[in-house]
Amino acid sequence: MLFSHGLMDIFYLVIFPGFIFTMTIGLLSTQIDRKISARLQWRVGPPWYQPFADVVKLLGKEIIIPEGSNKISFLLIPFVGFAAVILLSTMIWLANIYPDSSFVGDLIVIIYLLYLPSIALIIGGSASRNPFGALGASREMKLMLAYELPFLLATFTIVVKNGGIISLGGILNYQASNGAMITQGASCIIAFIVALFYIPAKLGEGPFDIAEAETELASGPLIEYSGVTLAIFKLTKSMLLFTVPIFILSLFAKNIWTPWTILWYLLILFFIILIKNTNPRLRIDQALKLLWFPLSGLSLAGIILAAVGL
Amino acid sequence: MSDNHKLTDMSRWGLKKSPWAFHLSTGSCNNCDIELLDALTPRFDVERFGILLVGSPRHADILFVTGIVTVQALPRLIHVYNQIAKPCLVIALGTCACTGGIFDGSYHQIGPVDKIIPVDVYIPGCPPKPEAIISGVVKALAKI
Repeated sequence: MLFSHGLMDIFYLVIFPGFIFTMTIGLLSTQIDRKISARLQWRVGPPWYQPFADVVKLLGKEIIIPEGSNKISFLLIPFVGFAAVILLSTMIWLANIYPDSSFVGDLIVIIYLLYLPSIALIIGGSASRNPFGALGASREMKLMLAYELPFLLATFTIVVKNGGIISLGGILNYQASNGAMITQGASCIIAFIVALFYIPAKLGEGPFDIAEAETELASGPLIEYSGVTLAIFKLTKSMLLFTVPIFILSLFAKNIWTPWTILWYLLILFFIILIKNTNPRLRIDQALKLLWFPLSGLSLAGIILAAVGL
Repeated sequence: MSDNHKLTDMSRWGLKKSPWAFHLSTGSCNNCDIELLDALTPRFDVERFGILLVGSPRHADILFVTGIVTVQALPRLIHVYNQIAKPCLVIALGTCACTGGIFDGSYHQIGPVDKIIPVDVYIPGCPPKPEAIISGVVKALAKI
């Protein structure tokens, strides 16, 4: 089983695939994002330690609880999203390192855990008793409805293609014997393209930064957060920037426990940064239309292709 | 700098390397505001020093106040100052915010800013050049 190694479980959760590893790589990815964005705008960009300095600074600042907010959910919910990302990263990496240790249906658990950071944003924004926060939370909710449908269909394509395996370890074993999922036909290539569009929507990056709209909502659900709680939200986002592409890579591009993963991950990261810097923000209705009609239609076509064996 | 004594070395380093700015206009003629925006353009690239413009005072470490403090702006200024998570720096930007400038003694003026909230650095000029703003921020960061 996945978590049955006694003391090693703590090591897995805190140090290697879990907290410290994901946080370090996530913050470095954020730095790559900021540096490349700066270079694309003909700027120099921040020094390499910038995200670490941001987090260290936020940890030393005061936490303000707004008057009339729901204190418990306001303060606790950032940690729920944070814990979900740590567990998510640990599960994905352990399934890759020991494919036989994963349990049936952990794909579904991973998809549920992916919801939690967004739900944390929604509850945090609603608990803050700020109209901008509530508006941001409502936008995040609509965006979630929009991007989960095509992504679920894309994951379903893989399940149809490999004959009903719903554990991540099983999918990795299948890929180890039959070649990477993306090389298995047109249906999987379509699913991979849809999954690539899912990443910026999930992270609230690029054209999908609708909820955190800095110019009109003043960072939306995060508006009332300060100090440690804001640092936790920033860390959650950085860690998702690492974890979500890794999840998609392990679904589509064989086991990630190889050095090649670094290259594929950087390519996906560069793709996200390019999309982010070349596209203006979508309105919420445009995002819904884009994600529900062209992309969900594409994923449906992918499922049909997978069902007929392409 | 309020609450300076509570800072550990780590958070002092963090504050110096990542000061996020919030911009509040308390009845200025918009010239200082535009110069502040100029200082944030790619030409000067203040993100090199970790400076970002944030939309919410809760995230801010530096409060830029421009303009004489008018009667109407006074409660807003106090409110925004109280909303900022401490420790924070306050920079009075432009001659009006520093001294009242040509509006000194007017019927609608309460300011200058340091009569109402503690100010760390004064950047005079009508309006100050972006270079002067950056130099003022550097002086403010040296006070941390």
